[in-house]
Amino acid sequence: MDEKVLTRHFGVEGLFRIEVYRGLGGYEAVEKALKEMSPSAVLEEVKKASLRGRGGAGFPAGMKWSFVPQNVPKPRYLCVNADEGEPGTFKDRYLMSHNPHLLLEGTILASYAVGIRSAFIYIRGEYEAVARRLEAAIAEAYGNGFLGEKILGTEFSLEVVVHRGAGAYICGEETALLESLEGKRGHPRLKPPFPASVGLFQCPTVINNVETLSNIPSIVLNGADWFIKKGLPKDGGTRVFGVSGMVRKPGIYELPLGTPLRTIIFDHAGGMKDGKELKAVIPGGMSAPILTADEIDLPMDFDSLAGAGSMLGSAAVIVIDKGTSILDVLGAMTKFYSHESCGQCTPCRIGTSWIRKIAKRLAGGEGEPDDIDAIIRLAGNIKGKTLCPLGDAAALPILSICRKFRSEMEGYIPHA
Amino acid sequence: MALLRRRIDEVAARYPKKGAALLPVLHLVQRETGCLSEEEEVFVARALGLKPMKVREVVTFYTMFLRRPVGKYHLQVCSNLSCSLLGSGPLLEYLQRKLGVGAGETTADGRFTLSTVECLGACEQAPCLMVNFDYYGQLDREKIDTILEDLE
Repeated sequence: MDEKVLTRHFGVEGLFRIEVYRGLGGYEAVEKALKEMSPSAVLEEVKKASLRGRGGAGFPAGMKWSFVPQNVPKPRYLCVNADEGEPGTFKDRYLMSHNPHLLLEGTILASYAVGIRSAFIYIRGEYEAVARRLEAAIAEAYGNGFLGEKILGTEFSLEVVVHRGAGAYICGEETALLESLEGKRGHPRLKPPFPASVGLFQCPTVINNVETLSNIPSIVLNGADWFIKKGLPKDGGTRVFGVSGMVRKPGIYELPLGTPLRTIIFDHAGGMKDGKELKAVIPGGMSAPILTADEIDLPMDFDSLAGAGSMLGSAAVIVIDKGTSILDVLGAMTKFYSHESCGQCTPCRIGTSWIRKIAKRLAGGEGEPDDIDAIIRLAGNIKGKTLCPLGDAAALPILSICRKFRSEMEGYIPHA
Repeated sequence: MALLRRRIDEVAARYPKKGAALLPVLHLVQRETGCLSEEEEVFVARALGLKPMKVREVVTFYTMFLRRPVGKYHLQVCSNLSCSLLGSGPLLEYLQRKLGVGAGETTADGRFTLSTVECLGACEQAPCLMVNFDYYGQLDREKIDTILEDLE
């Protein structure tokens, strides 16, 4: 049995064209929902399916939708988060370029369930070619009556606009995304209020990741029970893992949630490249605390990763070999976060750049005995002290490196 | 400029508030002019009914908006983790030697600007590079030579 949900038809030539997509059963979920189901029935089915957000935080999608107030006299918006900036993550690029109509179908279904008439796809600026493909798919969907006024002859109408970002990791954070979409700097907002009640243009807003929305059509067609069987009871469906780094076959692998990390690296991704030895794995995008080679017998689902002190995040697995110095890993990490800190919160703005300077000094062989503790102190003062999760996203993996690879780091410090 | 102005109005019409079109409009203008100097900032501000300083705030926040012109080909080498694990550092040095410029610099003939960039979202193709908007992956020296030759 083919267990894939999202990438099942990736081998079909021209899948990105609406006639090919429809030939494989595409848009049947929209037909079913609009003609046979009420919006609340769609919402309930998604709730029952235990679909957790695929962007990183893992928040249950159906619950997010249910927070949107239905009784306020304001428009409601859907923002598709296609910013995909988390280092190691490239799954949404595949989903959008291979199967753009699946995302559009999910977008239509989510909008129907929540009573939304206007959706924006916020895509990172570098994905220019992908944005063009989405725009072509949207034009096809309008042409076939799946977008626009009175979809399939019902009272439901929806407009979708592709909006390109311009190179800022922070805009993947949902409230920064909203600011950016309003034409401002991507500075995260203080929560509460949450976007479900006060979001885009101060109106109720749903923000969902590309992969999250791409799962909706199959839930509507096959039901919540079917979806849960693809994954775990509290964590339904598959996950599109992106494997990169020192492996033989880097790429995306759609597998059931709960697939062991070892299996992903050594079976699916072909094991270590060039006979190298495994040193460490970052299991869920750069913001996920690092795991050592001894910690990879772990089911890849939200709760198991959290239990191991890390996180599933965006399911981006970065494989690090023994030939790589841990200081190179720390260097790439601290360079990234100091560059991408938006600058609003002092602990993050100053802390990440100080840690970067210390990491650079250590890598240059000029580390001082107190440097590792200084990094730990600084990271500890970022953690939990910022408006948005970027602070923790920087601090936690840095702290995990200092804890798990301390003796290696000490080895690089010249002793007096 | 009249044509550009019309395209700006078309883009702005997609948004409930005109100012929300700022990012797409800046992309549009930068494509025409190559970079966003004060002149373009004021032009965009007028077109969208914004204060020029609001436009400056945005231009200076996002790395893809360029305040100075770049070469005909903008080579951006990913320096993030997956790419550096697979040798983007030595490839950057190779490009620096080959072009005779450092990261952030433009060749004297104005053809190439070399930069480093954070994760491009193409980690399975590491080490990777973006030339203007085109992605190139699984790079090695020979591949870089070929890419540059094809750009000549």
